[in-house]
Amino acid sequence: MQAIFLAIIGLSLIFIGYRFYSKFIAEKIYQLDPNFETPAHSMRDDVDYVPTNRVVLWGHHFTAVAGAAPIIGPAIAVIWGWLPAFLWVTIGTMFFAGVHDFGAVWASVRNRAKSVGSLTGDVVSPRARNLFMVVVFFLLMMVNAVFGVAISTEFQATPSSVIPAWTAVVVAIGIGILIYRMHIPILWPTVAGTIILYAVIYLGELVPISLADGTLGLPAGAQWIIILFVYAGIASLLPVWLLLQPRDYINGIQLFVGLGLLYGAVMIANPPVVAPAINPNVPASAPPIIPLLFVTIACGAISGFHGLVGSGTTSKQLNKETDARFVGYLGSVGEGALALVAIIAATAGFASLGEWEEMYSEFGNGGVGAFVSGGATIVSRGVGISYEFAATLLTVMAVLFAGTTMDAGVRLQRYIIQEWGSIYNIPVLQNGYVATLAAVTSCLILAFGAGGPSGEGGMLIWPLFGTTNQLLAGLTLLVISVMLVKLGRPARYTLIPMIFITGMALAAALLQLSTLYAAGRWALLGIDVVIVLLAILTGLEATSAFMRERKASTAGANA
Amino acid sequence: MDKICTYFGRFKELLEEFYVSPYRGAVARARRDEDDLFMLFVFGELMGVPNPATYYTLELQPLLLERFHDWHRRQGFEHSPLDGFRCC
Repeated sequence: MQAIFLAIIGLSLIFIGYRFYSKFIAEKIYQLDPNFETPAHSMRDDVDYVPTNRVVLWGHHFTAVAGAAPIIGPAIAVIWGWLPAFLWVTIGTMFFAGVHDFGAVWASVRNRAKSVGSLTGDVVSPRARNLFMVVVFFLLMMVNAVFGVAISTEFQATPSSVIPAWTAVVVAIGIGILIYRMHIPILWPTVAGTIILYAVIYLGELVPISLADGTLGLPAGAQWIIILFVYAGIASLLPVWLLLQPRDYINGIQLFVGLGLLYGAVMIANPPVVAPAINPNVPASAPPIIPLLFVTIACGAISGFHGLVGSGTTSKQLNKETDARFVGYLGSVGEGALALVAIIAATAGFASLGEWEEMYSEFGNGGVGAFVSGGATIVSRGVGISYEFAATLLTVMAVLFAGTTMDAGVRLQRYIIQEWGSIYNIPVLQNGYVATLAAVTSCLILAFGAGGPSGEGGMLIWPLFGTTNQLLAGLTLLVISVMLVKLGRPARYTLIPMIFITGMALAAALLQLSTLYAAGRWALLGIDVVIVLLAILTGLEATSAFMRERKASTAGANA
Repeated sequence: MDKICTYFGRFKELLEEFYVSPYRGAVARARRDEDDLFMLFVFGELMGVPNPATYYTLELQPLLLERFHDWHRRQGFEHSPLDGFRCC
């Protein structure tokens, strides 16, 4: 099997999903109306609510949802062979993620651009709203911890990426100041910033940076994790215009450049897929494929996080209701394309099956490392740059995606803690610095609690993160389904994915209870117990919401 | 050539929108917070907060009059906290 076929078949499938299935959903199920006045018009304030060009809106929706997760998940999950990951990413994007992301935008637009969280309170129950908030907090804590561990691992594996990755922070601050304070038009800072960013990759190769083990009595990995969280804590307190906004923008550019580069290189180099379609020699440490595949690949197949973005900024800026299909469904198509190229890199970028099996000798060994080494081999052969340069470039790309998620994640955790402080009347938690400290500490406890003093085993959090993400997706699909039932339309197109994904999440959480107990991972076991409870509560909320709606519709029919 | 210039101009506009649109609200709120601090400098003396620059900030008060009502509401005062400024 040549990689080019995987790329073409995969891209064609998800595009067919967009062309036909999303059209059907748009016309028959969500019944989009081009004349419906969207919140961007009806509540226009030129601050939050602004009608925006759909291509631009798609661009920032896509770049907001696509990050390191659709790279890491698929690059871990190919341990079971390329076929299961390939099928879940393509089918997941077509029938799960597309409908979910598109639905979240639609549901929010139809409800004065409210977020899925507050819609859960309105449509399902106030209890479900609290449940939603707890799930989001856990999700953020896990994503921050796991990305901290992933970046630390990458800094140690590719020391040449350290300087370029930190330079990106300086470049972002520079762009922020030039645009916001000096009012310089965006084009030149963009061009200069991009040139500096890629030029520093050479510098990184000349001056690789490794931390010495033993400083403060800590291994290098642990030092990096602490540095990263100190950084994330400070970065999350800085004004949005100074760091987060330009950093996000740089990442957007990197995403498009990276995708173009990887797909271009696959088309030119056309390497053979060395990994087996279904791996007959799965290492003993790997958990069973069902249900773990469906939580290991969350982003790239379906991810609850997208609903937060879709119903957060995107729905407030949608110009026409019919644009929801282009922005929401095509946004998940973009993410599916990124996950697909991660699968190709992690299965076709190795010289032989033996080399691939060595990389995948243990569950969780793949991830960014496999993506970088496989992707760099393909890019260096396809585009003709050196392997080292390509590896640094891809590492920097993945590190920047993960780093920005950490900045934003710690910031969101702080908001939630501050909100809890105000709900439960605890003034100290309302203080920004205290809330940030609490957020960062919770992530550090998780990262070290899971990974031990060196943070090495921290990637064990990954399946738990995926499980929580899928629970969130289940809650969003529940909101959409209840809305459809209320409107008297068929709900099976969102209900079946909801039942499937919540069921898989619950099964995965239950299965991990015994594995974590056997391994003596107590911190993770505690979190898993909470996840199991959350999954059961989600199921109960769903059942009670549907019973209520059914009763209401029967009563309506009898009357 | 004209056509290229138009396309290039359009591209720059879209790029600008791509940069600005996701954070328009957050940036506006950050700007408002900065402005609120400035309002406190200008009106602080009237509320008993000593400000050595009052001589200069006094001149600014009429210019900020329009923003005054929204500002005191945001700070948690239902009605104007100042006798001299009775906006509501």
